Amino acid sequence: MTVAAITRSRAFPLALGLGSLLVAVLVVEALIRVGVINRFIVPLPSQIVMAFERVIVEEDIADRFRLTFFEALTAGAMITVVGVLLGLLLFRINILRQATETWVAAMASAPTVLMYPLFLVIFGRSAWTIIMMGFVAGLPPVILKTIEGLSATRRVLIDVGKSFKLTGPQLFIKVLFPAALPTIFVGVRLGLIFTLINVVGVEFLINFGGLGQLINDLAERYDLPGTYAAICFVILVSVCFFVFTEWIERWLRPVD
Amino acid sequence: MVSVTTLPKSGVAGAWSSADGGTLVVDDIVKQFDTPEGPLVALDHVSLSVRPGEFLAVIGPSGCGKSTLFNVIGGLLDGYQGAVTVGSETVHGPHAAIGMVFQEESTFPWRTVIENVAFPLEIAGMSKKDRFDKARKFIALVGLTGFEKRYPAELSGGMRQRVAIARTLASEPKILLMDEPFASLDEQTRLLLGDKVLQIQQELKQTTLLITHNITEAVQLADRILVMTYRPGRVKRIVTIDLPRPRSSDVVSSEAFGRYVAQIWNDLREEATRGMQDEETRALHAGEAS
Repeated sequence: MTVAAITRSRAFPLALGLGSLLVAVLVVEALIRVGVINRFIVPLPSQIVMAFERVIVEEDIADRFRLTFFEALTAGAMITVVGVLLGLLLFRINILRQATETWVAAMASAPTVLMYPLFLVIFGRSAWTIIMMGFVAGLPPVILKTIEGLSATRRVLIDVGKSFKLTGPQLFIKVLFPAALPTIFVGVRLGLIFTLINVVGVEFLINFGGLGQLINDLAERYDLPGTYAAICFVILVSVCFFVFTEWIERWLRPVD
Repeated sequence: MVSVTTLPKSGVAGAWSSADGGTLVVDDIVKQFDTPEGPLVALDHVSLSVRPGEFLAVIGPSGCGKSTLFNVIGGLLDGYQGAVTVGSETVHGPHAAIGMVFQEESTFPWRTVIENVAFPLEIAGMSKKDRFDKARKFIALVGLTGFEKRYPAELSGGMRQRVAIARTLASEPKILLMDEPFASLDEQTRLLLGDKVLQIQQELKQTTLLITHNITEAVQLADRILVMTYRPGRVKRIVTIDLPRPRSSDVVSSEAFGRYVAQIWNDLREEATRGMQDEETRALHAGEAS
């Protein structure tokens, strides 16, 4: 097999990514072992790998993973539905868009996680506080990117729809939405990142279940390899979401 | 033999009116736009009539209101004086009898060729099997058999425009309205696609109105050519093209073809010159203002 054939193969990008990660891990391991990085701040990657078994067996990781995944998925579904609808509303009503778009953009960069005491008062110390915090944090990018995607739809595609006498809802479903889909999904992915950060962050802060609470527990016990192993599970949740959203996008719009 | 009809100064083509029972009648259209420099009259008392099965080309320099006329007839623009009628029915908004082919690339990039062509049938509520069967016929008509499952991004510009034409034809409009459909294509593709459009038009006996600024394209395809004035857009002249049918791109090498092209260019040169001078003046003023 030639080098060109290998680089063209489907598995090559995945293998290259995993290979790069492995090299980075080995470099960190080496730097810690020679003392360039302080091992009391960053544990050895080999210790983190060894900690996985302990975290899985002793820390009830499956249930915690499921809870964090469920909270993030619920908040993710909410930001997608509400964000796209609000984006559509602001796209259709220009005066409303002009009045609120700056505020929505400002909200995207605001540290909403600091509002968790208010959410605790409203929803109590429950999963709903965490879900709503994730929802509030992840909503603005979905709204903004939905407006951007719908506004960027080429005029001629809308005219084609109108020339075939499409009704308003038909024009949205058959033309505007598919045309804006790639941009909307950029917003959904961004929103999911904010949502997941806030879900884990609030779990950490209010010490309520999930992977965030586990990270808090392990950090307080100064179990650094365990803490980093738990963080790896948060990354796994994130990877699951990205694979899921990519799959949905491919299903809705098979080509790009 | 070049046959020319000179119209009254108002620009109203008196030769045909709604009373003549023409399929498409554009009656005394005035369309004005508000611009920062004041009101701009895009169409000034434009009237025309296209008989069933006829191929009419509308030609004029850039800025003469050709695309405005296209949008008015297609029902995409409102707020104008006058009326557009199909048969005895006045057009308010997009009309099922009028199919539009746009200048810009207008295929849906997220749909395959067959899904694009079947689009109007899907809107009409036809079952998937029926609409795909029907779409295949129109795909064959534009010569794209074998490309049904390809996406527009996998096709050339000319092929994409043929998909757009097939999609419009699939809605089976009585009148086909085309706004410079070959403007973005190279000359050879343009001539060959012209052949294809002529062949389809002859086969379906479809009333066709082609908006263009390309004289050879207009002479190659049309039964009559309507020449428009530069701003405000009026009907300057209607030229009947008396070339034998069926025509193909071979006709461009004939002597009569050359005479028609020269005749229309004589009409158009004055308008194009005015347009160019107007653009230069506006650019000069814009430069001074900034």
